[in-house]
Amino acid sequence: MGFKNSIAWYYFSAPKNFYVLAGRLIPWFWGAAIVLLAVGLYMSFFVAPTDYKQGESYRIIFVHVPAAWMSMFIYLLMAAYAIIGLSWKVRMAEMMASALAPTGAMFTFLALWTGAFWGKPTWGTYWVWDARLTSELILLFLYIGFMSLQSAIDDPRRASRASALLAIVGVINLPIIYWSVKWWNTLHQGASVSPTMAPKMASTMLTVMFIMAVAFWMYTIAVVLMRARRIILERERQTTWVMDLVKAGTGDKQ
Amino acid sequence: MNGINETGAAVQPSLMSAWRAMILRDLTLAMRRRADVLTTLFFFIIVVSLFPLGVSPEMAVLREIAPGVIWVAALLASMLSLGRLFSDDFQDGTLEQMLLLPQPLSVLVLAKVLAHWLVSGLPLVLLSPLLGMQLGLDGEAIGLLMLTLLLGTPVLSLIGSVGAALTLGVRGGGVLVSLLVLPLYIPVLIFGTGAVDAATSGMEYDGHLSLLGAFLVLAALLAPLATAAALRISAE
Repeated sequence: MGFKNSIAWYYFSAPKNFYVLAGRLIPWFWGAAIVLLAVGLYMSFFVAPTDYKQGESYRIIFVHVPAAWMSMFIYLLMAAYAIIGLSWKVRMAEMMASALAPTGAMFTFLALWTGAFWGKPTWGTYWVWDARLTSELILLFLYIGFMSLQSAIDDPRRASRASALLAIVGVINLPIIYWSVKWWNTLHQGASVSPTMAPKMASTMLTVMFIMAVAFWMYTIAVVLMRARRIILERERQTTWVMDLVKAGTGDKQ
Repeated sequence: MNGINETGAAVQPSLMSAWRAMILRDLTLAMRRRADVLTTLFFFIIVVSLFPLGVSPEMAVLREIAPGVIWVAALLASMLSLGRLFSDDFQDGTLEQMLLLPQPLSVLVLAKVLAHWLVSGLPLVLLSPLLGMQLGLDGEAIGLLMLTLLLGTPVLSLIGSVGAALTLGVRGGGVLVSLLVLPLYIPVLIFGTGAVDAATSGMEYDGHLSLLGAFLVLAALLAPLATAAALRISAE
């Protein structure tokens, strides 16, 4: 990392500058999300071949699998921001961790919901107590715990630091929980996609899945930046730049 | 221990004596309020007694669910008692004095958690054979159940202390702490009940016990650090 680069990092970790940067980036991420989502959904309905065993119902995995990936990535990202926020006292990182949580919880819920709809025609039941379903459910509990702690504490500074610590404790526990649950019950089929093995799926299906995953990423970034901007305005409302923004009335009303 | 020496300089108590003083203080306080300890214990008994009424009085059924029932009841009982861990000290200002002590906070936290376990976790372990007998477990299973509780309940107290520290002085803290802490209790529950289930179905259970022991070591190492950090956040 060059000298200039590190300056930029410091520059944008100030909420005021981040607010402006995020405002410029949001339309691009929204645009990418909408285009990719349209392409991905079209391909998953009309281009991807019908599965010879599962028929048409398998198509829900184009939403389900990327949503499940996102649910885990977002928790890791949240914990990473929490670590940065707590150890270097970067306010912006704490705000990003808070901004990520609702989207992470939403994807966790989406993964569980679509999984249930996939399970009914495939396994004959909406819910089984197997390792992956159970640990995904526990992940949802962790997200809800994070958000409840945040909203229960009135002082925003203390709220974000306490929930950041909780996210770190959660991320240490996550592998332990995962392996315990996996050991406890392994009914689920093996992983269909893994980096070490050759994928067992048709390559079109894989492509569609990756397009959907990137679309979800774009959506996540756009939504999280919007949420972060709102958190900035709320927390920095005593500062002159926010007051100026309000007075000028140019702050775009998102 | 703490005082002024001949030259007039303040003498700092050693870490060990501070540790001992902390445990004795917390135990004394708990003994002055025996009702609190007994409430947790009776809660444990009542929850377990509800299951035969709710599920079935058949001994065969009860024997099957006994380890899980007793473990879940222990989980809930130990969670209920978490509120007392720091809240009194927080309200009367003792906690702030502890934060100012020269001794590392995490070590003192470990002392407090140990004292808390002695009055809220250990009684559950000692009472569990009685409940095991009520639910029709045989002698070997009861012994193993006690052993898993002996290894597992300190882990519950340690993990719980993080949640208790994070929710200090927060409105609705009691319910909130359950939301934060119960998901983290799951591995202990799995291996605690798993050991007894394995033994009753004639399988090896050493692995479960080893893992519970590993959880205890890991929790004793990391949880006090997290709790100390949480206390500093809550008390600032």
